[in-house]
Amino acid sequence: MNSILSVVPIEYYLGLSVILFTIGVMGVLFRRNAIIVFMCIELMLNAVNLLLTAFSTLHGEAGGQVMVFFIMAVAAAEVAVGLAILVMIYNNLRTVDIKEMNKLKW
Amino acid sequence: MLNQNLPFMILATLSVFSALMVVLSRKPVHSVLYLIFCFFTIGGHYLLLNAQFLFAVHIIVYAGAIMVLFLFTLMFINLNKELEPHKSNLVKAAATIVAGTLLLVMVSTVTDTGNIFPTQVSQNEVGTVAVLGKKLYGDYVLPFELTSILLLAAMVGAVMIGKKNTES
Repeated sequence: MNSILSVVPIEYYLGLSVILFTIGVMGVLFRRNAIIVFMCIELMLNAVNLLLTAFSTLHGEAGGQVMVFFIMAVAAAEVAVGLAILVMIYNNLRTVDIKEMNKLKW
Repeated sequence: MLNQNLPFMILATLSVFSALMVVLSRKPVHSVLYLIFCFFTIGGHYLLLNAQFLFAVHIIVYAGAIMVLFLFTLMFINLNKELEPHKSNLVKAAATIVAGTLLLVMVSTVTDTGNIFPTQVSQNEVGTVAVLGKKLYGDYVLPFELTSILLLAAMVGAVMIGKKNTES
């Protein structure tokens, strides 16, 4: 069965993943809202997932896609715990600004 | 050639655009909506790559579960009433430089590797539920079970962290 990789070179997928990952990194450095920082982390995870899937299809090896499945499960766990922590921080500090969360800094 | 590339190009443009809008839009709710859109375009990439199982899991987990969690939290703590204070221009410039340098490093690494990728695309059928199910319950059965324990622990942890402290 022919996939898109027979017409689109794998380098395009590499480029797309690198760009998406960099946008995620930029968001983490750019924004002060902790929820948006979380979303940018999700973006980075998705860029890696996309590349794993592309190479798994290229090599005809199912292990890469199994790994993507595990990454998705870990991302779901991470978001559940992280958002619970954020809600607790908001209940105590009345803000999710990461500038205010500096009690453990020094 | 260009015509065959067209689905990939459209999806890639939409992905990059919506990812940029996640970072750049002022209101958090707009960011979440753009992120949902970005996840759907990435799901489209999975379909193009013949990974039907991953497409289904991706839509269910990300668009179905994680994004609902984000939207729910956002409405729970009601962030839209005030716009967040933005970082100083110095920090913004530094963030852009760091991200640009990272992009440069990764792109140059990829271009320096040369032609190590196989030119012939494998004809194996890997993305279907049948193949991945055999793999998941065969070679990867221990990590699969450990993942279930991880999810259980995360669920208990989220409930424990989220509940109100009544003793003190």
